[in-house]
Amino acid sequence: MKLITAYIQPHKLNDVKQKLFEAEIYKISVTNALGCGQQMGYTEKFRGVDIEVNLLKKIRIEIAVNDDFVKKTIKAIIDGAHTGEIGDGKIFITPLEEVVRIRTNETGTVAIG
Amino acid sequence: MKKRALTVLVVLLSLMVFPAIVSAQEAEYVTKADLDGITTMLWLVVAGALVFLMQAGFAMVEVGLTRSKNAVNILMKNLMDFAVGALAFFAVGWGLMYGASSGGWFGTSEFFLNIPTEEWANKMRDWFFQVVFAATAATIVSGAVAERIKFGSYLIYSVFISAIVYPVAGHWIWNAEGFLAVKGFHDFAGSTVVHSVGGWAALVGAVVLGPRLGKYVKVDGKIISKAFPGHNLTLAALGVFILWFGWYGFNAGSTLNGSSADIGHIAVTTTLGASAGAVAAMILSWIWFKKPDVSMTMNGALAGLVSITAPTFAVSPTSAIIIGLIGGILVVLSVEFFDKVLHIDDPVGAISVHGICGVWGTLAVGLFAEPDRIRQGTAGLFMGGDATQLGVQALGVGMVFGWVVVTMGAVFLLLKAVKFLRVSKKEEQQGLDINEHGADAYHGFQIFSNM
Repeated sequence: MKLITAYIQPHKLNDVKQKLFEAEIYKISVTNALGCGQQMGYTEKFRGVDIEVNLLKKIRIEIAVNDDFVKKTIKAIIDGAHTGEIGDGKIFITPLEEVVRIRTNETGTVAIG
Repeated sequence: MKKRALTVLVVLLSLMVFPAIVSAQEAEYVTKADLDGITTMLWLVVAGALVFLMQAGFAMVEVGLTRSKNAVNILMKNLMDFAVGALAFFAVGWGLMYGASSGGWFGTSEFFLNIPTEEWANKMRDWFFQVVFAATAATIVSGAVAERIKFGSYLIYSVFISAIVYPVAGHWIWNAEGFLAVKGFHDFAGSTVVHSVGGWAALVGAVVLGPRLGKYVKVDGKIISKAFPGHNLTLAALGVFILWFGWYGFNAGSTLNGSSADIGHIAVTTTLGASAGAVAAMILSWIWFKKPDVSMTMNGALAGLVSITAPTFAVSPTSAIIIGLIGGILVVLSVEFFDKVLHIDDPVGAISVHGICGVWGTLAVGLFAEPDRIRQGTAGLFMGGDATQLGVQALGVGMVFGWVVVTMGAVFLLLKAVKFLRVSKKEEQQGLDINEHGADAYHGFQIFSNM
């Protein structure tokens, strides 16, 4: 079992959701996030004065999957979020020790889906 | 204590006697004409200021009913269409609307407020009262083209509607020599002149621009309409209240006479029309969507107001309720029709509220006008008259539709042809605020839209 965490551009969320849906991955958690990386931020202006915005608005996606779904999920996220420009985001894959479904007390690979 | 009471009595007595002495000495009385002049000056400037406040109402309705990433853009559009429009109405608009008529089609004098001294005071008063109406017509479009039009092209559009499109239509109807005015066309406060002009311009703009990205999605060969919920219904509701408040200046101010005995009547029909519109839209949405829909009900109140704008003077309170009820039903049907059948993307329902209900209000004069209240024109079909007035009203509706669609169509198509009309796909996805203005409406808050 793996936990896939991805940070993407907010305006690409719809495309990613679409690609995940097409790949038959119907579960996703989404949070608004702030962060920075190579994109280094951008400037806004307020009354003619520059504001350096270096914590950018990002979307964090978390999906817990069984091992045979990892590749499909990653491909779907890339297909949806890729533009080739700096700021497209990153995907982190971490091993997942245990999953428990609260309703049934099921654990492990059955609980994940 | 006794001393103070005595002083008060002396002062009161002298106050009663003093005016008599003054008028006896100067032998000068305030005539009815003087009084009319004073009250009218005060009434029109105050009513004009009320109508100006409607700009805030439009801004709040539109910003509330759209997504947070476009809030700055909407506010800028609503501020600047007034500012740009006022300058255009000063330079060209007023002259085309109220200048000496050329065959009843357009005015030809008083450009740049070039007005003789003896008419100065009254014309200044009238210009102020008219410029806020011109700006109302202009700002209606902002909501329909929201979230995708380039700011620069919106400014260009604002100049055209305030300088040419609105004033010429206004000349036909509100200039005493206008060709529709001569025929007896009755549009008391502007269901057609203001609201239909804005509504049709909104229709043309929305059609030429096309829908927002992702608004209409094709699923299994069928086009499905997606909802983009407004980001702040609290502001939208405030906007509706402000508009309703401002409407008392819009309708009651259109007596153009501060001593008019009809101001109360107009305030009553305006109130009843708006209330009936809200009630009708709420009931219909409750039955249709299973819940009393908030933004539809707000549209219903505005629909009632637009519908009662033309007939506000000429109809009875009971007729005002019927007109408002029908307006409230029409707006719900119309919003659904434009969205689900024609697939024309109008984020705030401006086409339905102002265009469709503007037509209904104008035609309602031909149906409900009381014989003893309509001054130019004849009694309505249901009030003992024949279809004459209805025919004149329909002619005006058709002429204004044609004029606005042709002229505004030309402007929007030209802007589209030079690729200046719409923002790019990426700019639209990221939001107009950051791309067009480099700003964020809710800095420091974690509000952002992913749709």
